[in-house]
This record gives sequence, structure tokens and C-alpha cells, in this order.
Amino acid sequence: MKENLIPIFVILPLAGAFLISLLGKRIRGFSDIFSNIIAFLLLALSVYSVFVVNSVGVMVYKVGMWSPPIGISLVLDSLSSFMLVTINLIAFLIMAYAANYMEGYTAKWKFYVLFLLMLTGMEGVIITGDMFNLFVFLEMASVASYALVAYGTEAEELEASFKYLIMSSLGSLFILLGIAFIYGYTSTLNMADIANVLLQKGPGNIVLFVSVLFIMGFGLKAALVPFHAWLPDAHPAAPAPVSAMLSGVLIKALGVYALVRIFYSVIGSSPGILFVLMFLGAISMVVGVFLAIGQWDMKRLLAYHSISQIGYIFLGIGLGTPLGILGGLFHLFNHSVFKSLLFLNAGAVEYSTGTRDLREMGGLKERMPVTAGTSLIASMSIAGIPPFNGFWSKLIIILAAVQAGHPIYAAFAVIASILTLASFAKVQKYAFFGKLNKKFKDIKEVPVFMRGSMILLAAICIISGILVIPALSRFFLGPATDVLVNGTDYAKTVFGAIR
Amino acid sequence: MGVYILCLVLFSVGLYCMLRKRNIIKIIIGLIIAEYAVNLFIVLLGYRMEGRAPIYAANQEILNMVDPLPQALVLTSIVIGLAITALVVGIAMRIYERYGTFDITRINKLKG
Repeated sequence: MKENLIPIFVILPLAGAFLISLLGKRIRGFSDIFSNIIAFLLLALSVYSVFVVNSVGVMVYKVGMWSPPIGISLVLDSLSSFMLVTINLIAFLIMAYAANYMEGYTAKWKFYVLFLLMLTGMEGVIITGDMFNLFVFLEMASVASYALVAYGTEAEELEASFKYLIMSSLGSLFILLGIAFIYGYTSTLNMADIANVLLQKGPGNIVLFVSVLFIMGFGLKAALVPFHAWLPDAHPAAPAPVSAMLSGVLIKALGVYALVRIFYSVIGSSPGILFVLMFLGAISMVVGVFLAIGQWDMKRLLAYHSISQIGYIFLGIGLGTPLGILGGLFHLFNHSVFKSLLFLNAGAVEYSTGTRDLREMGGLKERMPVTAGTSLIASMSIAGIPPFNGFWSKLIIILAAVQAGHPIYAAFAVIASILTLASFAKVQKYAFFGKLNKKFKDIKEVPVFMRGSMILLAAICIISGILVIPALSRFFLGPATDVLVNGTDYAKTVFGAIR
Repeated sequence: MGVYILCLVLFSVGLYCMLRKRNIIKIIIGLIIAEYAVNLFIVLLGYRMEGRAPIYAANQEILNMVDPLPQALVLTSIVIGLAITALVVGIAMRIYERYGTFDITRINKLKG
């Protein structure tokens, strides 16, 4: 009966959001404690799910006891549990950070409600085994994130939220259209069943058209380069914990995971699609970093780097070789850790000094040692300096690109990495080193929970390089890679797991 | 066939409004139109000429029935669309409070 574990991932945050919206206003401090407990439980459950999946194998939960081709099914395999660990780890640390950071805003409990709803949507996208259910959860996470971007209701935030909402809704429309076409072609909505029917019917023009729709839709959610225009506005405008969540995990759960799941496990990867993914990835990598290097707003610079790092993930996964997929997934995990840490650092600086402009800062190292130290670690991770985690994943991606016979893409990856180093050297120089601005003579280090979660994230940055050691990757990264390498065997495993 | 072309035209009108119009309200209307075009398309997928509702009853043989699943999907997608519309109209009202205009060329505090 271990499959009863699966729906808890959706129920727990949803129930939390509901209870906080009922009681959060009345009872002081309830929302802080309760949402942190929920985030911790989710983290513990997702770590447990890794062990369960390793011992039991793929699990399928039948919603309402309807068996899969008819009813909705929730599927937990290694890739899902890998994503769940990533999301819940980041969400837990950000939640602890928000307990201090969000003091400055009115109606803190509303923030927790929306945050938990966004978390529900993301977890739903990851564990669902049904195409339309994926769309519903995706919209749930998106709607919560639109509201979170506009949370401060200042002029810039509203403008960014409007832009994000319109573009992202357009992406959702393309996804819905794609789902409609695929339903018309296969007359089923279950992902495993769609994979089976497509294998029997063979590739048709409809499948090609649907692929294009999905690349447009999920590419918009993942902010790949031709579709990236909303990200540099939306991510900096939100409060720091929200930007960390959006940049750290939302674009990966809704964009990368959904796209990869559909193209590898359901439709089946063809050389044409892999070429498109690799090409878009390489373009995002280079364009993102070039746009980032000239920015003076700290959070905006980080947002452009998200585009660039998403490019690395797509390049790795798009290579299609086991080594490339391993590198892509490992970079996905690493990027969520160090990018959320960098956004939390930017938030800490803004919390203490009230500015995000790099030109006004300087010498903050003396007054804010924890923020400066963790930010240095995160910057070195994202720039790919050994022995931090970013180095290992980039190394694997570059090696995989050379091995798969794409030396040009490998060269692009190296160039983008050098430019990343340059732009983070700029951040460190202007913000934390140099002479202290007189204005900031008596600023203080941030409160204890903010410090704690930044230190923990920095510790993960340092040690998570060991995840690629074969003895450890056998448990965590390896099985997740195998799910993608096996491709449309997904259908067979899912139907095999139904009892 | 004609209905499908109508669907495409409706979607194109919505897309045009979203991409070319300068007034925020018109952009929102464009979004709604495009959404309805997709909903219409999904309903059409399950429609059969002269079909009947797929309700089972004794001593009755159903030969030609309409697929009920797309209708359920559309119901869900309409509700999601309603949530988005409510949120975006709320944001548009706040934008008007802050900027005093609905013209997106004058709402430009963010630089790309």
C-alpha cells in the first residue's frame, strides 16, 4: 500500500493553504509555524519517496479507484522523486527565510497561502500521469505565481505581473491546444496510454504539430530564448523569497520537467526534436549571459543568468546520451540550489540597505559577513569553479557534448561559463568588496532564519558535488537518468506497476 | 469544416489583439477570445453529427453518441480561464490607479 504516499504530496500543501486562509488572520504566528511544518514534512516525505522508489520501483496511484486508461492516475518514478526532492528542499529553506523577510509586508498569511498553492501546483505537475491533469496543475501554479509577482502592488510589480500573466497565459493556451490535438489523435489522455497508441500508430504530421505547440508553450514557461522576454521583468519584481522560488524551481517544474517528460516518455525523442532542444539551449546560454553582463540591478542580472543556466540544462538533456542527461539533471539540481541562494542574498542586501543597484553598494563584506560569504560561494558555484557543484555539472555537460560529436556546442558552453564568471566577478566587486558606502555605515546583518537558510544552501553548494560519485549517484541521479534514457518504455513500466 | 475555420479565425483575432493592441483592456479581451477559440475547438473534437448524449438506459442501444470527455475538459478550462480573467482585471485596475492610463506604451517603468 505504499502508493498511498503519492497523493499526500498534493493534499498536504493544499490543506495547508486552506487552513492558513481560514485561521492565519486570527491566530498570530500560526501561518509562519504551520507552513514551515508543512514544508518540512514535504521534504521528509520526498526524501523517503526516493528510498521507496529505489526499493519498490514505479508506483501508480489510481484516483477514485478508476484504473488508468479511464481514470486519472498519479505516477511516482525516479525522475519524479528526484524533482520532488529538489523542489521541497528549496521550498523548505525559502519558507524559513520568508518567516523573517516577509515581516515588512502586510498580510503575511496571504503570502503563505499563495506560496503553498504554487507548491501544490508544482508537485501536481510532477507526480501526475495524466495529460489534462498536468495542464490543471500547471495553471494552478501559474496563477499563484502571477499573484505572487504582483504581491507588493507597486507600479513596477504590477507591470511585470501583467506582462508575465499575458505571455504565460498565451503559453498555456498553446499547451491546451496541443493536448486537444493529441486527444483527437489518440483518443486518450493518460500519458502511458498515449505513448502506447503513438507507438502503434507511428509518427504522423499531427505529432509534429503537437511537438511544435508544446515547445512553444513549455518553452514560454521555461523561458527559453525566443520566449524569454517576461522573465527579466517578472523575477526581479517579486519579493526575494518568491523570486528565489520562481527562478529556482518554478521554471524547472513547469518548463523543463514537463517538456522533458512529454518529449522523452510520451511522444518519444526523435533526432529533430533533440536538435531543436539543443539549439534553443545553446542560444539561451549565450544570449542570456550577454544580456546579463551589462545589468546594474542585482536581481535583474540574476534573472538573466537564469535564462542562461536553463540553456545549459536543455543542452545537456537535449544531447540524448546518458552522460548528457545525467549532466542536465545534475545541473538542474545545482542551479536550483545556487540560484535560489543568490536571490536570497540579493534579498538580504535589499533587506538591510534598501537598494538593488550595484553602483550604490560596496564594501558590504564588513557589515554583512554571512551574506557576503554565502554569496561568494554561490557565485563561484554558478561560474563553475571547482570544487563547487556547478563545476561538476558543467564539466559533465561539456564532456557529453564533445563525446556526442557536438564540439561547437561545447565551445559555446565554455564561452558562456567564462562570461558568467566575469559578470559574477562584477557583482562581488561592486557589492561586497571595495570601500564601504558612508550611507550604509550602521546597517546590520539579517535576522537569524535568513542567515540560517543561506548558510544551509551554501553548505549544499559545497557538498552536493559528491552526488555524481557512482556510489551515491546509483541512488539519486542515476535512476532519474535511466527513466529518460529508457524513453517510451515509460508506458510499459507504468502499466506493469498497476495492480 | 467551416466551424474549424471559424475556430482558427477566432484564435487569430485573439492573438492579434494580444500582440498588436496598446490598450490593456483590449489585450485582456484578446486573451479571452483566444481562450474561447481553444475551448470551442475542444468541444468540436468530441462532437458528432446527429449524435446523442451518452447516457445509458435499459433496452436502449446507443449507436451514435457524442464524446462527453471534451465537454468535461472544457468545463475545467473555463473555470481556470475565469480565475485568470478575474486576476488580470484586478491587476489592470491597480495599474490604472498607479499609472493613470491603460496605454501600455506609457506604462514603461521597467526597461528591457
